[in-house]
This record gives sequence, structure tokens and C-alpha cells, in this order.
Amino acid sequence: MKPNLILHVVSKFLIPLIIVFALYVQFHGDFGPGGGFQAGVIFSAAIILYALVFGLDAAEKIIPSHVLRILASFGLLLYAGVGVVTLLLGANYLDYSVLGSTQIAGQHLGILLVELGVGITVAAVMLILYFAFAGRGRT
Amino acid sequence: MIDILINVTLLAFLAITSVAILRMTNLFAIVMLYGIFSLLSAGLFVVMDAPDVAFTEAAVGAGISTVLMLATLALTRSRKRGHEGDYEEKPSRAHRPWLPLAVVGITGTALVYGTWDIPGFGDPNAPAQTHVARYYIENTMSDTGVPNMVTAVLASYRGFDTLGEVAVVFTAGVAVLLLIGGRRPKSGAKVKSEGGEDEA
Amino acid sequence: MDFFIDHYNYWVVIFLMMVGLYTVISRGNLIKKIIGLNIFQVSVFFLYISVGTVEGGAAPILTDGIELYSNPLPHVLILTAIVVGVAMTALALALVVRIKESYGTIEEDEIHELDHSL
Repeated sequence: MKPNLILHVVSKFLIPLIIVFALYVQFHGDFGPGGGFQAGVIFSAAIILYALVFGLDAAEKIIPSHVLRILASFGLLLYAGVGVVTLLLGANYLDYSVLGSTQIAGQHLGILLVELGVGITVAAVMLILYFAFAGRGRT
Repeated sequence: MIDILINVTLLAFLAITSVAILRMTNLFAIVMLYGIFSLLSAGLFVVMDAPDVAFTEAAVGAGISTVLMLATLALTRSRKRGHEGDYEEKPSRAHRPWLPLAVVGITGTALVYGTWDIPGFGDPNAPAQTHVARYYIENTMSDTGVPNMVTAVLASYRGFDTLGEVAVVFTAGVAVLLLIGGRRPKSGAKVKSEGGEDEA
Repeated sequence: MDFFIDHYNYWVVIFLMMVGLYTVISRGNLIKKIIGLNIFQVSVFFLYISVGTVEGGAAPILTDGIELYSNPLPHVLILTAIVVGVAMTALALALVVRIKESYGTIEEDEIHELDHSL
């Protein structure tokens, strides 16, 4: 691919901003619009932009596909694991109130962890999807 | 009043875009129009007071799914014809338009008949607004301390539901990896007879 | 006029739904069928969000001095449905890629002919 200077400079400027925005959406989702689903998609959009501009191999150097597979399973396990922890603490499955000293603190912690799990899984799966489709094109 | 006007206009745009998608034959243009369709629907979600949904639709519909469809187009275009016809959809030979039109017309008429009894758009006393939604709105702050009700319902009240959705997303990722995760096999002719055994 | 404004959303939803259905039934190209399914899906999203809208209501984020909010439940359902929808679209597109690799075409008629000529 012919290197395109404007595309390179602009995307190098934009990608960190997109990632910071994804983190903001992830962790500010309790107070404004946002949450794990949106943050995961926005984060993967940043990496996909990198892959589109700098090539698939460069993007796979940043996040190798075996790491992505582990991350996708880790997010789901984190979500299910929070439920198991609440079970062990004597409450119902996914009842976060027992996680903290007060009900509100427990709910905050539980929602944060669960949204983190959702974000990790969604970001990893979206990248897996893109890498699978883009990687099929090269023989 | 102004939001009803915006609502009506955006919905009309959506209807026009969908008809354009139906009538076009160039798949590349269709995918691009579908991106515009998603962006319009994200705007419409904002007008209907659903910023979280609009957020997701803008990132997913106009971003990820357009990229995935373009990748599929690049993988499936026919290389026999010239450059102009690469993405052209072939006209369907076996189908006549009258039977599908009749099916769609009858189904549509039945559905429109069903809307006669639906409570009007934005009615605060509709059944959907008076049962569990009222509980969420009144008790979210004291139950969870999270001001964004959508997050509270998503992660706390209906956490089990969301766990299932995340599992579905994960399963879809695994399935796509199984289908097209490996490199393409060298000889395309043998793939057909061997069925599912060629996943590398 | 009031009756029109009350039901306009639902009628456009039905129109979009029928356009999607017609695309799925009448077009032979598999990618176009998937886009038709997607249009159908978006129309269902609109149905849910329209049902959840309250006239004069605010977005469901608790703020001081606001009493009337839209219904948060449809928003939650559709939020997750959109992400699941794109994952399912990707699965369908992956199947299309495999069909193209096996049959050499993504037109339904030609796939049927190939199947019957075996």
C-alpha cells in the first residue's frame, strides 16, 4: 500500500483520543450515557482504524489474536465470576449488595466489574471479527 | 412540536433510504447507503430520548458493521467481469415480483390494522409506562446509587439477561473464528466435498 | 391530525419492516438479503424505542428538577440487541464468505443450479 502522509498523521492524532474516549465512556457510564457495550465497540473502532491505515500485520503486532481470544473469554468469566462471588458471600447470583460495606457501595463495585467484563468481551470479539474477515483476504 | 417535526422528517428520510437500498443493484453503494441508514437511525434515537442506544447504533451500525460488510464485498466480488461490474448484483431470474409483493402487502395491512389499538406515540399512561418502568425510575437511586437508569437496569436489575447477551456475542465470535478464522485453503475445488473438515 | 402523529412512528416502522422483508424474499444476492434482514432489525428497534418514549420526558439519566423520564427498559433491551445484532450479521457474512469459496458465487439461483446439477 502506498503510504499516505495525511492519513497517517491524522490517524496517529485521532487514535489516542478515541481510546481515551472509550475509557471515559466505560468508566463514566454510571453517570452519563455509556457503558461496557459502547466502550468496547469504540475501543475496537480505534484499533480497526489503526489496522486500516497501517496494515493488518502492524495491528496484530499490538494485539496478537491469541491474546484477543484470551481477553474475550476473560471478560465473560469476569462477569460470571462476580455472580459466583456473590453466591459465595451468601446472596443470590449477581446480587451485588453484599460486595461492599453498604448496599450502595456493593452495587457500585458490582456494576463497575460487570461493565468492565462486558467492555473487554465486546472489544475483543469485535476485533476478532475484523481480524478474521481481513485476514481471510490474504492467501 | 419541533421534536415531532424532526421525528417525522428523519423517519421519512429513513423510509426513502430503505427504498433506495431495495432498488439499487450496486452492492458497494448499498453498503454505503446502509451506513447512512444507521447514522440516520442514531439521530432518530437521540430525538426519542435514548442517548445510550444512539451511541451504540452510531458506533456499531455506521462503524463496525459497514467495515465488516466492505470486507465481505472484497472477499466475494467476482473477478471474471470488468472493474465496473465487480460489485454488481445480478438480476434475479427465477422470481416474479408479484408473489413477494402480495405477501408483504397482506402482512403490512394486517400490522397496520393492529396499530389502531396501540396507545398513541408518547402517551404517558400507556401500559408499557405504568408497570415495571415506574419502579425503575422511582427506586434506582435508593437501590443502586447510579444516576444512569439504563446502566442500573442493564447491569444490576437485569444482570442475568446481560450475562446471556455477552455469552451470545462471545459465541458469535467463536463461530466466526471456526468458519473463517484460518487462512484460505489453496485449492478451492476440494472444499465443497469435504464439508466442515477444512478449518485450519 | 392527532391520530396521524400518534401512529406515524408505527406506520413507518411497519413500512421499513416490509421493505426489509421484501428485500429478503425477492432478491437473490446473499449480501443484499443480509442487508434486508438488518433493515428489518432496525425497524424492530424503532418499534421498541417508540413504545418507550414519553411525551415531554427526558433521557433516563436522573437529574435534579426533572420528574418525567422516558422508559429505560426498552433502551436496555435494544442496546444489547444492537451489539448482538452486529455479531449475528458478522456470522451471516462469514457464512456468505464460505459459500463464495465453495460455490464461487453468492447468487441464490446459481447456488441452486449447482446443487441440482450434482
